[in-house]
Amino acid sequence: MSSGLARLRVPESAQPGEIVEVRLLIQHDMETGFRRDMQGRAVPMNVITEVRARYGDQDVFRAELGSGISANPYLAFSIRAVKTGEIRVEWIDTAGVRGSVSAVLNVT
Amino acid sequence: MSLGRRTLWWMAMCGSMAALAQPVPPHPVPPQSGSTFQSKENRALEADEFANPGMLWVEQGAKLWREARGTTGNSCADCHGDAKQTMRGVAAAYPRHDASIRRILNLEQRINHCVSENQKATSLAYESRELLSLATFVAHQSKGMPIKVDVSGASAATYGRGKALYFQRIGQMNLACTHCHDQNWGKTLLAESVSQGQPDGWPAYRLEWQTVGSLQRRLRACFFGVRAEQPAFGSDDLVALELYLAQRAAGLPITAPGVRR
Repeated sequence: MSSGLARLRVPESAQPGEIVEVRLLIQHDMETGFRRDMQGRAVPMNVITEVRARYGDQDVFRAELGSGISANPYLAFSIRAVKTGEIRVEWIDTAGVRGSVSAVLNVT
Repeated sequence: MSLGRRTLWWMAMCGSMAALAQPVPPHPVPPQSGSTFQSKENRALEADEFANPGMLWVEQGAKLWREARGTTGNSCADCHGDAKQTMRGVAAAYPRHDASIRRILNLEQRINHCVSENQKATSLAYESRELLSLATFVAHQSKGMPIKVDVSGASAATYGRGKALYFQRIGQMNLACTHCHDQNWGKTLLAESVSQGQPDGWPAYRLEWQTVGSLQRRLRACFFGVRAEQPAFGSDDLVALELYLAQRAAGLPITAPGVRR
């Protein structure tokens, strides 16, 4: 089950050239496919397979996740602030459900 | 005074003293938050307002708070307004006696009561994402506020039931709550550190579950641990136990959502 709920945090503002940390927390069961429910039926695998981040019109981060990643994955990465722009993170899971979250980085 | 008479006098004194003074049940002084007994990393995760995974449930609860529900089409916010103000301190007083239905309800049950009676919607299942989100959201509004429940009057009987259950040996292990959480807290049990069994951080994100769970789910895990029959979610026994734990934790600030191993 995926609700598409996520949190994305970037600093309030940054200076041009500054390296800033982008933090991401996605609500997702990351079902491994190895578990069985109370009736003994196998729970199908459903994990986030890919996460991509764009800053303005540029790809800045990409990760392939798998069943070894815990539920509700937390990711953090660094980018170099260039100019004010939107940071948009998108992901897709095994079931084909897409999610996204975005935040604006102010560069002054 | 002969020896026999003195002994009799002492016996009479002890007897009357025992009858007069209500013995305070053994409990940890001062009460310490459940996070005290967690690893440094878990405490850091709980303290990080962004990375604490329980905050996802708080955020979803905030969303659900504003969503219309049921045949009345009312959202929680339509009656209760801004939860930041109206729900501040509410969770710290639960479980609580509801005069309108003459029952003691815990926080999840009180939310569900609103869902079914005031919103005229299908009540939410225990441990469903919706109910947990709303409960975690409401509990989070009381963060930092001391737990203070009413155990007098209409709540006295339930409090007594919870207290009796707390000291009752149960299960194949023949253990009561008190044996771990009053007599042996701070020590280790295999790889676990035994906590005081305080309810301040619940609903909490438990890494073992990979999700947020209610205090009742955690209590049921303890019943399982001592190999006793688990009371059903929402049963009078679990609510009574919650009330006893809340009274025992009186003054301890709410820290929900906690992060537990």
